[in-house]
Amino acid sequence: MSDLYGEKVMDHFTNPRNVGVMKDADGVGEVGNPTCGDIMKLYIKVREKNGERIISDISFQTLGCGAAIATSSIVTEMVKGKSLKEAEKISNKAVAEALGGLPPVKMHCSNLAATALLNAIEDYKKNKKGEK
Amino acid sequence: MIYFDHAATTPIAPKVLKAMEPYFSEKFGNPSSIYRIGREAKSILEEARKTAADILGAESPMEIVFTSGATESSNLGIKGAMEAAAFETGSRVHVLTTAIEHHSVLDTVKHLEKSFGAETTFLSVTREGLADPKDLSKAIKDNTAVISVMSGNNEMGALQPIEEIAQIIELEKERRKKQGIETPLVFHVDAVQSFAFKKISLKDLPIDMLSLTAHKFYGPKGVGLLYVRQGTKFNSQQKGGAQEKGRRAGTENVPYIVGMVKAMQIADEKRDKYSKKITSFTNYLVEKVTAEIQNVELIGPKSNQSRLPHIATFLFKGVEGESVLLNLDMLDIAASSGSACTSGSLEPSHVTKAMGYDDLSAHGAVRFSLGELNKKSDIDKLMENLPGIIDKLRAMSPVKG
Repeated sequence: MSDLYGEKVMDHFTNPRNVGVMKDADGVGEVGNPTCGDIMKLYIKVREKNGERIISDISFQTLGCGAAIATSSIVTEMVKGKSLKEAEKISNKAVAEALGGLPPVKMHCSNLAATALLNAIEDYKKNKKGEK
Repeated sequence: MIYFDHAATTPIAPKVLKAMEPYFSEKFGNPSSIYRIGREAKSILEEARKTAADILGAESPMEIVFTSGATESSNLGIKGAMEAAAFETGSRVHVLTTAIEHHSVLDTVKHLEKSFGAETTFLSVTREGLADPKDLSKAIKDNTAVISVMSGNNEMGALQPIEEIAQIIELEKERRKKQGIETPLVFHVDAVQSFAFKKISLKDLPIDMLSLTAHKFYGPKGVGLLYVRQGTKFNSQQKGGAQEKGRRAGTENVPYIVGMVKAMQIADEKRDKYSKKITSFTNYLVEKVTAEIQNVELIGPKSNQSRLPHIATFLFKGVEGESVLLNLDMLDIAASSGSACTSGSLEPSHVTKAMGYDDLSAHGAVRFSLGELNKKSDIDKLMENLPGIIDKLRAMSPVKG
């Protein structure tokens, strides 16, 4: 099955980074497609730094195949410490590229991590508005 | 390697390989040739046909058509019989099957619907994966030309009530005779997974067509057979030479046919002993998995009588099958998943869906299929790792396991 996935995917699948629930998250994003068998939940913590809003902490929970777990894991690495603006620019395609590519069949069903991130940022903004 | 995927394929047994060997380079003749080595090949081929017929309890060796495997057998049988019936009656014919057939049957039936205008019925199954003979009886119409039911399911091991279904079909044939209904009725059985475990004697069981493939019982890949009861009309699908009495064109694959028939002989001789051994292994696996892992369900029939001995498919709640398989593969343990993610389509298995499981549960399916390559200690080694793998994946999952 190492032929199915590249080294980087297997690395993130085997040793996923930033796994777990974040109880005091500022934003939570969920995407899922039960038909494909993948559900992702992404938690972010946001801090202001030099007038910019930065993702200071991030974690994920994923039920899914190797690709689903690896994309979730790598997206947390890609945006930790980045501004919301930068994070919003990350596409599902960029996540797949950062992993050195995914099998074509997995591009649609299991490559949802960037969407989960966008949903988490959206949720954070909505919560923020509610506070004011 | 620890191999738990015997339902996918099996290695060629040494005795089978040895039996095949002379027919590659030494006795390589074409059975259609008239000179000595051609005639010798023909005689080997016909001897193999007779042995296969005897093992299956067929009336005549002519009832055996050699093919490239069960996919071809089922395509040939179902398409061939549907075409012949449509030609004979000059009207639209109906094909009746179950929702849990192998794709070689399901897709053939769907193809007939699309390209041929055939009427189709896909019978639903119970939560345990069993077709109800009463439902089948009700679904038979005057224009039903083919009924195709698998004997043992490859994804979760349910043994369908073939004997009961055969009786229903016999009664229907009698009714048609009495009432002068001319549509012929053919009962096709895909016996691919059950052959090594469950003896089918065609002398006693009124089946019209039966598909087999050699590589599920320690024979070579790429060779199979279609049994066709004498008098059953079907159109050939592969056109060309007059091989197989015009029913399947193409030079006969003599070494592979010899290999398959040798594998059939061994399987037939060892059937009871083999079944007993594999049943005890599978029971041990099921006991261990259900005792040591929470929130796991063995799918398929509860009673051992209604199950194939070698297949145990579990749904692990809160995890996805492929991620379990990847973790096992890293330990060089081979198993398979009901999840279609691995097979290249996005839909979960049609079998678990037909049994009424939701998509997400269906994606948690992992199939272990046991066989000759296993020792009891393989199961212990699996169980040293599996609970930890499931724990780790569940800890990562947003869905509670």
